[in-house]
Amino acid sequence: MVVPLEHVIAMSMIIFSIGVLGVLIRRNAITIFMSIELMLNAVNLALVGFSRYYNSVDGQVFVFLVMTLAAAEVAVGLAIIIALYRNRQTVNIDEINLMKY
Amino acid sequence: MVLNRNAVYSAISLVLCFFSLAVMYLLLEAYILAVLEIFIYAGAIMVLFLFAIMLLNLGREEALPNLRYLQRALSIFLVVIFFFGILLIMASGPDVLHQPSEKFSAGGIYSLGESLFSKYLLPFEVASLLLLVALIGTVYLAKRKI
Repeated sequence: MVVPLEHVIAMSMIIFSIGVLGVLIRRNAITIFMSIELMLNAVNLALVGFSRYYNSVDGQVFVFLVMTLAAAEVAVGLAIIIALYRNRQTVNIDEINLMKY
Repeated sequence: MVLNRNAVYSAISLVLCFFSLAVMYLLLEAYILAVLEIFIYAGAIMVLFLFAIMLLNLGREEALPNLRYLQRALSIFLVVIFFFGILLIMASGPDVLHQPSEKFSAGGIYSLGESLFSKYLLPFEVASLLLLVALIGTVYLAKRKI
């Protein structure tokens, strides 16, 4: 059984939109970060779908690199959030509105 | 996942989502990526997230003040516009998408490794350098006194 490309792209779009919605409506910095991960995964799904469609391994190599990027990004981002929490005692992004104080 | 106020519930839903995505990779015959998805995302990244949530002792997000509901409605509206915009672009595009070929030869670990170490050797090395930089940056940021 072969999954059609349209279905893969539609699923990827839905997941990406959920991620965008999460970034827009949540105010907790960590939840926003998780939504960004969700968007990265949506793009990964589209890449794998195209890799299947064009019968080539290149898309999967890109997915591999995106996963590496996501791991690095999570490490640095969570370190930033923890440093921020240490300074401000909050991760609510409505209260974090100064670059330096 | 995004509609829940509690960050821990969101994280657990995200783990479920990653497992579902791994199953989708299996359906698309990207076997090694399905395994990597579970290892890296559901294993490493989510443990890091849960660890940070527990470290910061996040409770429930408090309800919005009344003024902000307009902002929320606007963001939902924007996302819907975004979604249907892409849908429209896809629907109006040239109709080149058809069934992929039945036979697929690029799903296993052999072809991925061969491509990664020959054609994409430089991006691979840059990715390892990126991981090193992220490691150093994280240690630098997490130190109490810089």
